[in-house]
Amino acid sequence: MLDRAASDVAPKDGATRRVRFRGAGFVPASSRYGGWIALALVIAIWQAAGSAGLVNALFLPTPSAIARAIYQLAVSGALWQHLSASLLRIGVGWVLGTAAGVAVGFAIGLSRLARSVGITFISALFPIPKIALLPLLILWLGIGEEPKIATIALGVFFSTAISVYSGVDAVPRNLIRMAQSFNVPFATIVRKVIWPGALPAILAGFRITASVALLLVVSAEMIGAQYGIGAFVLQAGNLMQTDQLLAGVVILSVFGLAVGKVIGWLETRLLHWR
Amino acid sequence: MDLIANHITHRFGDLAVLDDVSFTVGAGEVVAIVGPSGCGKSTLLSILGGLLQPASGAPELRGAPPADSLNPLTFVFQDFALLPWATVEENVEFPLLHTQLSAAGRRALVEDALRRTGLTDFRQTYPKQLSGGMRQRVGISRALAVKPAILLMDEPLSALDSQTRELLMEDFVRLLADGGMGAVYVTHNLEEAARLADRIVVLSRRPGRIREVVTVPMTRAVRGEATAREKLLALQNQIWSLIRNEAIDAEREVQHA
Repeated sequence: MLDRAASDVAPKDGATRRVRFRGAGFVPASSRYGGWIALALVIAIWQAAGSAGLVNALFLPTPSAIARAIYQLAVSGALWQHLSASLLRIGVGWVLGTAAGVAVGFAIGLSRLARSVGITFISALFPIPKIALLPLLILWLGIGEEPKIATIALGVFFSTAISVYSGVDAVPRNLIRMAQSFNVPFATIVRKVIWPGALPAILAGFRITASVALLLVVSAEMIGAQYGIGAFVLQAGNLMQTDQLLAGVVILSVFGLAVGKVIGWLETRLLHWR
Repeated sequence: MDLIANHITHRFGDLAVLDDVSFTVGAGEVVAIVGPSGCGKSTLLSILGGLLQPASGAPELRGAPPADSLNPLTFVFQDFALLPWATVEENVEFPLLHTQLSAAGRRALVEDALRRTGLTDFRQTYPKQLSGGMRQRVGISRALAVKPAILLMDEPLSALDSQTRELLMEDFVRLLADGGMGAVYVTHNLEEAARLADRIVVLSRRPGRIREVVTVPMTRAVRGEATAREKLLALQNQIWSLIRNEAIDAEREVQHA
């Protein structure tokens, strides 16, 4: 027997009844400030629990203690020393990996030969944890900045190449046929049709590779660096300075947020047509 | 310049799509191609426009195109094929970018094409902001900008509502009125074919063969008049009687596929 709502049952006296609203298709609307309010609430509860002595400060320092640690780091100049070392590695590694990834991704997207060779190599090498290659890279490149930058570049390269050739594949073929029907040369088709068509996927890839670069720089600095946020976090952990450790984590988080904002701004500027 | 379908045969794998199709589109002539669903109309147009290699036979051109034509065979696509990241003006200018024209020369052609399609006030608009009819106007404007000798139109009105179809049909009649530009017009709509074409090529069910070529016995200028409507309706009925049974078979085939 069918289970009917009250409004589906016909009234006996012929009176009208309102059609029951049954939903608009699961469209969750996000609140602009909801996330920030929730974050502030969590921090407030955390601070209150720490101040009340409910949580051991060694296990979980309070937000105010972490803020104090960041302030002291900034005043002493150590923050800039560590941050600039990490930023340099991330910046150079990301640019190198992205440049190579974009070039290889486009080649795979546009050339049959590059596709058949490239996808095989990428499928085989992409799943390897890049940090596992750091000792080998140190052996090849020495103990300076090069192996750390190479580790980041490798991690960025594979994700970028995959997002670029996926983006090229996703460009509607009817647009390419349209361009061909006007005898538009290959280079112009790439520049005016394929590049802008693949850009949404490429920028989405940048979001991922920025996070990959952040993960790898911390890992690489933990293995072999004197300066850098990763080295700082490791050192603080070894000395059980958990407020310093979490200060490093917060700095990484803020950096990740800032990169996300920059990419969001780029998306707004470059993909305004969507 | 004439466009010739010279014994064109095509297949997709084991599926025979077109079988020995031959006809000629004379300079300034409008030829409609009609037939049951899946008979290869759009495939034939792609072959004629050089976007698909036929299994055998070939599309050929006879005579020189007009001296000012930048793309003698120019498509107007069913799905408009507009660059979503480009404004109306940039879309219309797109096929001119690789030509030898100066920026001023390109601008003049774009201006003229926008004016002829009533898009001058929408030059800075993006495709997503336009209705389906306006998007197709951009597609037509882009085609006009390269001064084609023959327009290749693949069901250009099928994605549009009936009122917009009527308005665009009036535009087509106006644009093709002076005979300076020919067209191959693929459609499943017999009314559109009778309204626009000088000749109608009727294809059979797959593999498409030419069943009949019907000449429309009046000029396009008079087809909007009340007295012509009865004759056009009779012509549509005549063509419908040619393809009705095959259209039913084709529909059943699609349903069972």
